[in-house]
Amino acid sequence: MSEKKQTTMVPYPSHAIVPERDVNKKPVLEARHLGVEFGGLKAVDDFNLIIGPTEIAGLIGPNGAGKTTIFNLITKVYQPTMGTILVDGRDTAGMNTIQINKLGIARTFQNIRLFDKLSVEDNVKIGLHNQMKYNAAAGVLRLPGYWKQEKRMHEKALDLLSIFDMQDLANHEAGSLPYGAQRRLEIVRALATNPKLLLLDEPAAGMNPAETAELMENIVKIRDTFQIAIMLIEHDMKLVMGICEGIAVLNYGRIIAKGTPSEIQNNPTVVEAYLGKKKEG
Amino acid sequence: MKKKLNRTFINNAITYAMVIIAFVVLYSMQQAGMLSRTIKGQLIPVCVWIVMAVSLNLTVGISGELSLGHAGFMCVGAFVGAVFSGVFKATMPNETLRLILSMLVGGIAAGITGVIVGVPVLRLRGDYLAIVTLAFGEIIRNVLNCLYISMDGGALFFGFSNPSLPGKLIVNGPQGVQGISRISTFPMGFALIIVTLIVVLNMTNSRAGRAIMALRDNRIAAESVGISATKYKLMAFVTSAALAGMAGALYAMNYSTVTGAKFKFDTSILVLVFVVLGGIGSIRGSIIAATVLTILPELLREFSDYRMLIYAVVLIVVMLATNSPAFKQFLSVVKDKIVGLFAKKNREGDAANE
Amino acid sequence: MIRVSFLSNLINGISLGSVYAIIALGYTMVYGIAKMLNFAHGDVIMIGAYISFCVTQYLGLPAWVSILASMLVCTLLGMTIERLAYKPLRSAPSLAVLITAIGMSYFLQNVAQLIWGANPKSFNSVVAMEPLRLFGGQLIITDEAIVTVLTCVVIMICLTLFTEKTKMGKAMRAVSEDKGAAQLMGINVNMTISVTFAIGSALAAIAGVLLCSTYPALMPTTGSMPGIKAFTAAVFGGIGSIPGAMLGGILLGVIEIFGKSYISTELGDAIVFAILIILLLVKPTGLLGKKVNEKV
Repeated sequence: MSEKKQTTMVPYPSHAIVPERDVNKKPVLEARHLGVEFGGLKAVDDFNLIIGPTEIAGLIGPNGAGKTTIFNLITKVYQPTMGTILVDGRDTAGMNTIQINKLGIARTFQNIRLFDKLSVEDNVKIGLHNQMKYNAAAGVLRLPGYWKQEKRMHEKALDLLSIFDMQDLANHEAGSLPYGAQRRLEIVRALATNPKLLLLDEPAAGMNPAETAELMENIVKIRDTFQIAIMLIEHDMKLVMGICEGIAVLNYGRIIAKGTPSEIQNNPTVVEAYLGKKKEG
Repeated sequence: MKKKLNRTFINNAITYAMVIIAFVVLYSMQQAGMLSRTIKGQLIPVCVWIVMAVSLNLTVGISGELSLGHAGFMCVGAFVGAVFSGVFKATMPNETLRLILSMLVGGIAAGITGVIVGVPVLRLRGDYLAIVTLAFGEIIRNVLNCLYISMDGGALFFGFSNPSLPGKLIVNGPQGVQGISRISTFPMGFALIIVTLIVVLNMTNSRAGRAIMALRDNRIAAESVGISATKYKLMAFVTSAALAGMAGALYAMNYSTVTGAKFKFDTSILVLVFVVLGGIGSIRGSIIAATVLTILPELLREFSDYRMLIYAVVLIVVMLATNSPAFKQFLSVVKDKIVGLFAKKNREGDAANE
Repeated sequence: MIRVSFLSNLINGISLGSVYAIIALGYTMVYGIAKMLNFAHGDVIMIGAYISFCVTQYLGLPAWVSILASMLVCTLLGMTIERLAYKPLRSAPSLAVLITAIGMSYFLQNVAQLIWGANPKSFNSVVAMEPLRLFGGQLIITDEAIVTVLTCVVIMICLTLFTEKTKMGKAMRAVSEDKGAAQLMGINVNMTISVTFAIGSALAAIAGVLLCSTYPALMPTTGSMPGIKAFTAAVFGGIGSIPGAMLGGILLGVIEIFGKSYISTELGDAIVFAILIILLLVKPTGLLGKKVNEKV
């Protein structure tokens, strides 16, 4: 799938989630000793990771382990109380959500957050917002720039929707879509911001096995076509084990194991903390 | 896309057509002397309240922030516009030009006030934002109530809290602006409505408008795709304030005096009633509601005691009808019953025909 | 001499602030539990004052009966408003709830105007004691001021005991923390919210009577400005916090009286609102409020 022109490989363990990675490529995302406290409670503690370009990494762990909190820290929905986050080698201290997106990180949400009252196409166009260059006055006065760019962005939006075969839904109200389609639309909207790293928070939640299988293919396809890195949180082990090149397991806000899918499956700590529990239940 | 473009296009076209036809009909009737005094007196106020309602709808419906200080911006526009017109009365004999410039200056002043108010206020959310806009509206009115401006020769003198100023008083504290030349015209009111519609409708269907609506629907998601809440919330707020200011100037120059007391909290609520009754977010609805609720009370003066009471009930009932699941269900049951009744009649009719 | 006028202003401020505090308690409790700004709260005050006025004026009954009657009416009124207008909107967007509350506020004002007319009625003070004269009669503390401050302190103590010690009080705190969890623990959420409205409205009645005893002009709009200012006070102290409402109310009353006497009478309200705005920008959670994170 990925055409890694392999040069030097770093041996595991490093802070990379994907064990075999190309050190000559600058990581897209690096977190060092990341942590956050809510009212004295450490939700995330000493979290380290490196994600290289075009990697697909998984973040798993029991409910309440702090997975979504990590996404919120990376995207600055919460400000970390400890540690540093580097995006493309740049320190993101003091940045806000908007600046993080402009640096190239886009995300989806566990509890879907679409612009419900707007059309599917408008949802995608809002993702394209920062690639449209005409200003508000041009929009009000309908200057030529408005028509030209609106037309281009319309085409681009349909193009992006076609990844999931959703171009026919373009005129539907986003809030009226079925659940699975809403999840897919969130991915398209995130992709529209032209990210280097896509964070997917439980993309397969609420999907049936057929939809999940299709989603797996599409995630890999997205990585290959757009040449971006993807990190995902997911409870569906078939999806995680099927497409992730590396997996980090989180429990009580700390990473307890890291490795390839097969390593994780055979790691006794993980089996005990996470998979084991699942088998019993 | 074709279909959708058409839908918004048709929708907007209907709105414009409605306004233009109404204007043409009323204007020719006015010229032919076919309008009663009451209606004639209401032509300009109707234009003013339409612009107020549409501009408030930009804040409440499109941007999703409840502003309770809209009358404050109208007040700024009214005072600044009226003073401007008074100052340039001698040097600018062309009334139309003076009216346009006064409205522009009033709008700009209200817009600047909008920036001053909006920058701090828009950091707040929900109920806090509502109460602070209310507070700002009251502060603006309170301050203007203490403002004295006089003109002596070519010079303007400003004073605060009952000073003695040389020359002729233009702004006289709680007595407001006096000696305004009544230069507002119905065609100018119509023109202002059209400008307002162009600004609001075109903005809504462009990059900025989508950003504003995205922030309304889900602020966190909008920020996650790189949309600045501060910038676009402020853009909507200031545009809305500037339009209210222009409406205020038009309003002031329809009377010979204008006082701060006209722009009390009640006025903000009145405009909110227009917006809510017309349907939050529906521009055409705002226009219709503003027109009907401005003219109707004038025609039904004997009910004037009950007017605000009825508005209050309307606010509550509309909110319950559009938001309460139980109420909605009740309405749908009633609707089904009525539809069922008609269906039954039709069937009986069909049977009879056979 | 200056010192005496300063003291007199301070006392007037604390007295007015105590009224704000009692009203603010109603706002803060309702906001804490139902997460809504009950805009009509100020108008419940006005209704309370009118009831007391009618009972003493038209029925000729003693003041304490009139206070009880107005508390009873306001309690019922508050619960009815909640049941009819707010309860159906429990899951509606806050914009809808706020607009409904504004509608309710206007409804009450206009009903009052239809019943009692728009002209101000002269409210007879319910307190009839000798004012306290200090410094050889230079400093006069009115009996209304004394009673108002004492009432406020008593209410404060009772309310704190109620929320800390009683079962219903604990239920209220639970509901304000997490409605869903409270329901799962077997707390009757609807009932709790209803009781909160009842208590808030009963307090509003007391506030109305005290307010009009000091400022006797009673009109349908009497409650709206004090209502908004009391909300300001609640926000000032940190919305949801009972001591915060107390602190905010008294501070606001003092600021208002000082602003009016030392800066400008006309700008008194503007000063109060300006302080609210500054405070909200500097510390949006108020003096004693706690920060709430939005869950993502």
